[in-house]
Amino acid sequence: MAQTASIREAYGRTLVELGKRDPNIVVLDADLSKSTMTRYFAEQFPDRFFDCGLGEQNMVGIAAGLAASGKIPFASTFAVFVPGRTFDQLRMSVAQPGLNVKIVCTHGGISVGEDGASHHSIEDLGLACSLPGFSVVVPADAAETAQAVMVAASTPGPFYIRLCRPASDVVHPAECRFQLGVAELLRQGDDVTIIATGLMVPAALEAAAALAGEGVAGRVLNMSTLKPLDREAVAGAAAETGAIVTAEEHLLHGGLGSLVAQAVAETHPVPMAMVAIKDTYAKSASAGELFRHYGLTSTDIAQAVRSVLQRKAPRGR
Amino acid sequence: MAVRRLTVDVPDRGETSATPSSEEAASTEPPVHPAALIEKARAVRRHVIRMIGHVGSGHPGGSLSATDILVALYFAVLQHNPRDPHWPDRDRFILSKGHAAPALYAVLAEAGYFPVDELSTLRQWGSRLQGHTDVNRTPGVEMSAGSLGQGLSFSIGMALAARLDRSGYHIYTLLGDGECDEGQVWEAAMAASHFHLDNLTAIVDRNQLQLDGWTSRIMDLEPLADKWRAFGWHVLEVDGHNLARLLDAFRQAKGVSGRPAVIIARTIKGKGVSFMENNVDFHGRAPSRDELDKALRELA
Repeated sequence: MAQTASIREAYGRTLVELGKRDPNIVVLDADLSKSTMTRYFAEQFPDRFFDCGLGEQNMVGIAAGLAASGKIPFASTFAVFVPGRTFDQLRMSVAQPGLNVKIVCTHGGISVGEDGASHHSIEDLGLACSLPGFSVVVPADAAETAQAVMVAASTPGPFYIRLCRPASDVVHPAECRFQLGVAELLRQGDDVTIIATGLMVPAALEAAAALAGEGVAGRVLNMSTLKPLDREAVAGAAAETGAIVTAEEHLLHGGLGSLVAQAVAETHPVPMAMVAIKDTYAKSASAGELFRHYGLTSTDIAQAVRSVLQRKAPRGR
Repeated sequence: MAVRRLTVDVPDRGETSATPSSEEAASTEPPVHPAALIEKARAVRRHVIRMIGHVGSGHPGGSLSATDILVALYFAVLQHNPRDPHWPDRDRFILSKGHAAPALYAVLAEAGYFPVDELSTLRQWGSRLQGHTDVNRTPGVEMSAGSLGQGLSFSIGMALAARLDRSGYHIYTLLGDGECDEGQVWEAAMAASHFHLDNLTAIVDRNQLQLDGWTSRIMDLEPLADKWRAFGWHVLEVDGHNLARLLDAFRQAKGVSGRPAVIIARTIKGKGVSFMENNVDFHGRAPSRDELDKALRELA
């Protein structure tokens, strides 16, 4: 069993660190501070924590007003509520003026599991990535989460950071350094590139290890920043490996696969396959069962690699 | 030195005996004469009609209903400095009903934020005066607006920041009455009193008309004052075209402690132009050439 660590816990602890360093850090929540772990900040800095109750639209607007007044607001709830429920507030109150608002939402994707379709956030990345000026980040594990939150705090402009509920496999050493907009090479390979984000990163590494036994050398990129996308890394992967598979805990539309496909089409077209949820809503079950049913396991990634390799042009000379 | 309230040039109409003329008066009360404000409001209304008529689109009705409120704020209530729009201690004005942008632009130009000549560029390519307010383009504009219902939440953020920074500035937010159909307004209303924001004053431009017709028919808001009271606000009701009453209401609102205040300003949509008054047709329609001339004659 791989070692695991809580991404949400890392977020909550990092906020406290930020709060100690910078009095301008303020935190907002919409009645979910015990789940998003903003409660640690609330306990330490009650004057700088604003629970907005179940009013997410209002919360986003308040965050915008705080940002316009020089504060650095982090606003959190479940990913299914922001951006979805507050899309227009993000659009007009945050994105259009380009305000320094940091949205960090937990319970992204279908790994929420048993709560069912109402709580499965599978459109959020598409929504967030559609907003001009937003940076969109999906960390792969706890260490990267802590890093990404620090980078968001010190980088002017709006952010959407999507975190998952379950503890996740440790991919990075604690001293890892997250760089906004830079894909991270986790495994070298020349036959195919698997580009993954969030919880699908450990699954991609597992798939690459399994494929190695079949003589397939798979490159693995952790694309934790969806926006701005590292087009150079994508173009390089396309040119050097000739085939790309994307893997994400999100709908097929609007997320990582769509963004990578755009970059591939515009730079170096090669065969692609996309591991994602296919135009449907999931049901209640454990996260593991849902990942199997909706095709988000390492086995599904390996199968996608095999299919894309059949379409790959033979190496010219 | 921080600029306090702007002085208003009082036109010479032989009424000097009624004008607070001495330095003494200015030291306690702003040197504003209601007649000067009334004249200012007429000028603003002329600008609004010319701007919208010139470009052929815009929202005259709700701009004209809000004009006296804006004139009172910018020429007698707000502490601000047109030469330093980002002065940290300035009072903030948030136009939540962003379609009244022409009235705000006219007031900002008259106050000196940018040249009055620039008003004729409204809504045109390259202009700093966008169809609805854009905080990054127009000097003096505090918030991008246009999609209704968002300004009060934004103002709460500013009010909380002022409290954290122990700054004394006050936040004023102008809402439309039709805008109060938006659920977010009431999320914000609940939150502002929950956070005891007595550095926040909302004004509702109660002109009783929204795009599709009378508010009483489209989505009845009454009892509007009771709604705000029930949400924990101190409520003031006033004739939104009586400048002296407006100034008095703003003074009272600022004196409320422990909770926010709302001024429900009873107004007339299209106020000042006979054929636009209470005429929903002019919610979002520009006057024709003939209508423009007629309106300007009435406002001369």
